Amino acid sequence: MAHTLLSGPHTLAPTSVSRTMLAVMLALLPATLWGLYLFGWPALYLFVITLLAALACEVLCLALAGKPLHLNLLDGSALLTGWLLAMSLPPWAPWWIGVLGSLIAIGVGKQVFGGIGYNLFNPAMVARVALLVSFPLPMTLWTAPAPLGSAGAPDWLEGLAITFGGATVDAFSGASLLGSVKTEFTLGRELAEILPQGVNTQQLLLGSHHGSLGETSALLVALGGIALIARGVIRWTVPFAMLGTVALLALLFNLIDAGRYPGVDYHLLSGGLMLAALFIATDPVTSPNTTAGQLLFGAGCGALVYLIRTWGGYPEGVAFAVLLMNALVPLIDHYLKPRIYGRDRGGRPLPVVRETAP
Amino acid sequence: MKLFGFRGGVHPHARKERTEQLPIIRLPLPRRLYVPLQQHIGEPAVAQVRPGQPVKRGELIGGSVEWLSAPVHAPADGTVVEVSEFASPHPAALPVTTAVIEVSAHQTPWRVPAEDPFGLSPAELALRIRQAGIVGMGGATFPSAVKLDLARQHGVDTLIINGGECEPYLTCDDRLMRERGQQIVTGVALMLRCLEARRALILVEDNKEEALATLRTLCREQPQITTLSVPTRYPQGSQKQMIQSVLGREIPAGGHATDLGVVMHNVATAYAVYEALVDGKPLVSRIVTVGGGAVPRPANLEVPLGTLVEELLAYCGLEGEAYERLLVGGPMMGQWLPHPRVPVIKGSSGIIALSEAETRVEMPRPCIRCSRCVEVCPSGLLPLELAKRIRKEQFAAASELGLSDCIACGSCAYVCPAKIPLVQYFHYGKGQLQARRVQEKKLDNTADLAATKAQRLAEIEAQKAAAAQARKREAEARARQQAAEKAAAHEAEPCARTEGD
Repeated sequence: MAHTLLSGPHTLAPTSVSRTMLAVMLALLPATLWGLYLFGWPALYLFVITLLAALACEVLCLALAGKPLHLNLLDGSALLTGWLLAMSLPPWAPWWIGVLGSLIAIGVGKQVFGGIGYNLFNPAMVARVALLVSFPLPMTLWTAPAPLGSAGAPDWLEGLAITFGGATVDAFSGASLLGSVKTEFTLGRELAEILPQGVNTQQLLLGSHHGSLGETSALLVALGGIALIARGVIRWTVPFAMLGTVALLALLFNLIDAGRYPGVDYHLLSGGLMLAALFIATDPVTSPNTTAGQLLFGAGCGALVYLIRTWGGYPEGVAFAVLLMNALVPLIDHYLKPRIYGRDRGGRPLPVVRETAP
Repeated sequence: MKLFGFRGGVHPHARKERTEQLPIIRLPLPRRLYVPLQQHIGEPAVAQVRPGQPVKRGELIGGSVEWLSAPVHAPADGTVVEVSEFASPHPAALPVTTAVIEVSAHQTPWRVPAEDPFGLSPAELALRIRQAGIVGMGGATFPSAVKLDLARQHGVDTLIINGGECEPYLTCDDRLMRERGQQIVTGVALMLRCLEARRALILVEDNKEEALATLRTLCREQPQITTLSVPTRYPQGSQKQMIQSVLGREIPAGGHATDLGVVMHNVATAYAVYEALVDGKPLVSRIVTVGGGAVPRPANLEVPLGTLVEELLAYCGLEGEAYERLLVGGPMMGQWLPHPRVPVIKGSSGIIALSEAETRVEMPRPCIRCSRCVEVCPSGLLPLELAKRIRKEQFAAASELGLSDCIACGSCAYVCPAKIPLVQYFHYGKGQLQARRVQEKKLDNTADLAATKAQRLAEIEAQKAAAAQARKREAEARARQQAAEKAAAHEAEPCARTEGD
């Protein structure tokens, strides 16, 4: 037999790359379905288009590189990239945003580096940032939820018009919570004036607010992520460090000045933080190898998110934070190696100390 | 006693359920035995028999002349029909010198030694263990007497007995501990005496409750011997991990267990020591688990060494090569066998015939850097980074990342979702490093030789020059002398003439 290996192990764990990808997609499913319900037909169209474009781009790149199609396409990584990108887009964005985003994600973010496993940056975040910088207008038109079947929600035909025809959706669009608070802060107003009723935690948990598909229900995203951790598909390290750092900084500054710095619930539950902490920063390819490295990476992501949200030029900093930390991963991996058995941290053999009889 | 555990490791599916309840059965003597003269690490034994020569059970057929070696004995009465090259249980079925014995119908009983082994001196005990051809039975096959000698020289304090049996499928040690616990404990006591060590700790994984209970009861009368339950996790049975588990200490890189005052032996080795010293049997048989999905009637068999694997399989209902993959040892660190016409040797703990369903052959995929291999590596290495460097033929870089510290346990490859044959990479990398070291040594030798030669030539030149100088000086002196003589003659001549006149 061609693949018979002379070396063990001759038994392998029942894991595979495609199973891993599938598990992540399953974990994303509840939040996705909920988001599709909230944002209706246009969101569904955009979602499907983005996924199809990601697959098409993957096929094109693989064909150009002369790599076998079936194995690489079936690993599910392109589909997952498209899925994560779609989760981060404004749900009623026009079709070309999804297509262009997928092209950037797969083409520039992944295949240019050599395909699966070789990319330095998270492909979905590369695309998200490229789109945000290049097309700020359609990328910041956040739609208010208009659940399927509710009054005023577009039907499938109106949905087509919104996604493909460029129909205006001004009636539904507005700023996200992070965006509006940020704008008001720049006008010098206090949090109590901007949100007289305080942060609506329940709304953030359930997702009935302006935002992307993936940032609507922090609760469903978190549950999916916890399931992945429980099943051992992702590790606890990055989400723990990232969410923990954001929470810690939010708590600290909120204690200093509650009027200028919103609290922990506001930061943890709004924007793309939950999605990024559990599904994007945990991308194995673009995160460090060791537990210490992952903790550092997660903490860096969290700190950058807080920094950009609070003092940066954008209301939302998740994509930038993840990309910046991705760039540091080779460095982190270089310095934070595990200690080798029988050696000290510097690689020198441990001193010989005899077992002494008690 | 407090346990420390070890880092990393995996939990492969144990698959012990088909054989763990099966008592050890003695395999009937086959018609022919194929006894390799090399069944251990070190120098091969030297044949002591010729074709046509009758042999008695336990008779020496291969003697050890080197220090790191072990003798080989006849497993049965019979006639040596051939001493020639025969396939060994190795992935390439490498031929080794093998004594083929035609087994007789009548077997002489063992003669039990008259004296009490506990009355023997430690040195005498070590000698008898050496003469019995005992080697590490866990699969490493290091000559046990050499290990005991070294440990005694180092003044070892603690003897650790490995009853872990962490490899999937294998239950031979489990059955041995359950059925022959008393013999094991006596064997351990004898080893303790030989080592003059203070205590022995028998470590058994907690999935072998009956074995644990049996040994624990037996050890009650032996204050020096303690049985400990350790959590089930692969590679628990590896010496480094087991010592870390008990002592919470690591063997320094490049060092040995004896540096910590510890020596480790397998339970089956302790049993072999008992058989040799109490029953007077050299190591001529062992317990083998025959298992795997392709085996219709798996079993734990007591097998005379030199029995062909195909006879074991046939006894267990598997004819021909009706399996997907055949292994000797467990599936994690065991070796692939190209065919079953190879003999059982001292280190063959299991013969595992895997079915297609158990052998997931998948194309390796690109690494997705999931770093599970890093998480499970008990040596604290970065398997993914090592593999990356070896793939690029950067062996020096791989060496710097600790390639030589890899114990090849296979935990990394076991968990790899991309099915990358990491262990294969590491073997290749280690091989390349070794080849390079040999090459460098050769180059060094050549350079040394060249330097010596240059020096020798220079010396010869210098001698020649000195000789030439000397000759020149001599010639000059001679010339001067001749000139002087001539002058003297010249001076004397007028006188002579005068005289003559």
